[in-house]
Amino acid sequence: MRKLIIAAALLAATTLPSSAADTKELQMLHWWTSGGEAAALSVIKTEMAKEGYVWKDVPVAGGGGGPAMVTLKALVAAGNPPTASQMLGYIVQDYAAAGKLGDLTATAKAEGWDKVVPAAIQKFVTYDGKWVAVPVDTHSVNWIWLNKAVMEKIGGTEPKTFDDFIALLDKAKGAGVIPLALGGQDWQEATMFDSVVLATGGPDFYKKALNDLDDDALKSDTMKKAFDNLAKLREYVDPNYSGRDWNLATAMVIKGDALVQVMGDWAKGEFTAAKKTPGTDYLCYRFPGTQGSVIYNTDVFAMFDVPADRQASQTALAKAVMSKDVQAGFNEIKGAAPVRTDISDAGFDACGKKAIADLKAADAGGTLFGSMAEGYGAPPAVAGAYTDVVTKFFHGQIKTSDDAVAQLVKAIDDAK
Amino acid sequence: MALVNTGKAGASRPRSAMSRRSLRAHLQDALPKLVLAPSFAITLVFVYGFILWTVWLSFTNSRAFPNYSLGSTRAYRLLWSWTFAHDPPSDWYTSIINMAIFGALYIFGCLAIGLLLAILLDQKIRAEGVLRPIYLYPMALSFIVTGVAWKWFLDPGLGLEHTLHLWGWTSFHFDWIKNKDRVIYTVVIAGIWQSSGFMMAMFLAGLRGIDTEIVKAARMDGASTWHLYQRIIIPMLRPVFFSALIVLAHLAITSYDLVVALTSGGPGGSAWLPANFMYQYTFKRNELAIGSASAVIMLMTVTAIIVPYLYSELREKAR
Repeated sequence: MRKLIIAAALLAATTLPSSAADTKELQMLHWWTSGGEAAALSVIKTEMAKEGYVWKDVPVAGGGGGPAMVTLKALVAAGNPPTASQMLGYIVQDYAAAGKLGDLTATAKAEGWDKVVPAAIQKFVTYDGKWVAVPVDTHSVNWIWLNKAVMEKIGGTEPKTFDDFIALLDKAKGAGVIPLALGGQDWQEATMFDSVVLATGGPDFYKKALNDLDDDALKSDTMKKAFDNLAKLREYVDPNYSGRDWNLATAMVIKGDALVQVMGDWAKGEFTAAKKTPGTDYLCYRFPGTQGSVIYNTDVFAMFDVPADRQASQTALAKAVMSKDVQAGFNEIKGAAPVRTDISDAGFDACGKKAIADLKAADAGGTLFGSMAEGYGAPPAVAGAYTDVVTKFFHGQIKTSDDAVAQLVKAIDDAK
Repeated sequence: MALVNTGKAGASRPRSAMSRRSLRAHLQDALPKLVLAPSFAITLVFVYGFILWTVWLSFTNSRAFPNYSLGSTRAYRLLWSWTFAHDPPSDWYTSIINMAIFGALYIFGCLAIGLLLAILLDQKIRAEGVLRPIYLYPMALSFIVTGVAWKWFLDPGLGLEHTLHLWGWTSFHFDWIKNKDRVIYTVVIAGIWQSSGFMMAMFLAGLRGIDTEIVKAARMDGASTWHLYQRIIIPMLRPVFFSALIVLAHLAITSYDLVVALTSGGPGGSAWLPANFMYQYTFKRNELAIGSASAVIMLMTVTAIIVPYLYSELREKAR
């Protein structure tokens, strides 16, 4: 009896791995479950299917990926990582530092990715000089989205500076329209503040303060002025803004209840879903005073350190994601710019064309910066501290810009 | 013992029968232990084991992943300094103050409303069978559903205020859910709505268990209804209060989903509870040590309140 059990166990041990090690299977953890995102992802799925790979989703719903990261931590801790996982910001570096990620350097060199992906973005997909992940898209947060009909009604023109912007908002207020559609959740306020800092202090200041965390810059009068400017914007929101979801704020602009929303380019997905066309129904401008710079965040697929028999599917996924066709097809749907700077913008709409041109210029001019609010300016602990201070200032727990700056320095210090 | 004796008396029986019987006796002895062993082991590992693990982590320098080298008190030092940072309020200060407000009002509110509903339902009224499930129904919802429903209901541009304005009462104003100083009370309202029906069911069971002879005797002695409840019936419900309090305290301290669904953290994070703090720091900010330390402090606070109460209640029972 016992012998039989041992024999069965041995048999199972030898047969199971070979059936589980279906090298054609690709396990992918992601949280792109909503309509537009899922449609964009299917571009990659189709490409992989063409090459004969079986795509196995490990989807965990929940925007921002919080729940997905908890699931991923458990999978990795159990020694059972997926082939690849969607990730954001510094988390890639954490996993790489823990030795959990694979190495794509050979493929990256052969395909010449280091020449076409902006250096600022490469920082997030490489660790110690090795490629451990591939970027999928480049989102950018310093955009404003305006309802064109409302704009014409109030006789507004494109605002070029922060003061222009305030004048435009005043015009809307005078016409009885809600000037600024804002969702009063911490990350939305922080996302807006990214742009305000860039508009107030310029590219060098943004980099020093929110990417290098330079103490003098954080304490400076320019930072105080940025908080004062944020306080000015607070005058233009409707009384009901607190706690509103970002897409509901976008809907206010789409319906013409509000003039403008400050939001990353994922807002375009909402306009597209409502069958609106850029240029005729809505307008997209860079946040006034930030023209020429791009504050970005990017979705990446991190590649785990998997056994040799699963590496082929991993390499195939990386190549597919970085291929020109997928980069174009995926990002046309997702509303982002491709991460490669050598993609033709022919298939993109007016806002997409602008995003591609801006990204190229910012990469060449050294004005491409990580978004602090979205977790590309500093590790999560610091980014969280920043968001905290911004939201508390916006809602009045922190009363003056002097206090805000002091709190910001202290909070970042605590988080380091 | 009895089985063994009969076995000895029947000396003519084959030995195998006797050993089989004693085996059965052993089995009968061991069965409860065997059945309980898995759940005991699971509790030991997954409750107490992980409590120890959390305590351990809180004394390390863990960030995104666990780091097991002990010796860092950074997490506790930071939490201690945040405990007193009230202007502007730190996340931790907000969380513990909200816990005190929410815990006290939620527990008291559920007990009071639950008891009142139970007493009213106990008046041998008609259609009790219909009313009881109506009050109990919210308990069948998850806190997420409750949170989302109340979020819409309390939203001034959408729910109650909007509707009353449409009906003509334009001076009506209720925007607590948008107000950083009031938002925690909306969490209390939704929480009480959810749980008081369950408390009603517990109290009703307690009321039905009271000996009617005692009530009759009190009536004969001329006790008024008010006195009857105040002096006799409510004191007799003490064991129910005990169970209710344990259940409510645990629901209050683990409240997390209600805050997220109802307020998404509140204006400027003003609706946070310690569980939200723990989740944010552990999983979103990659401060595993601080998250663990906050969990340890929550555990110690609950222990400090519950254990003396448990002790006094159980000792009284033993007497």
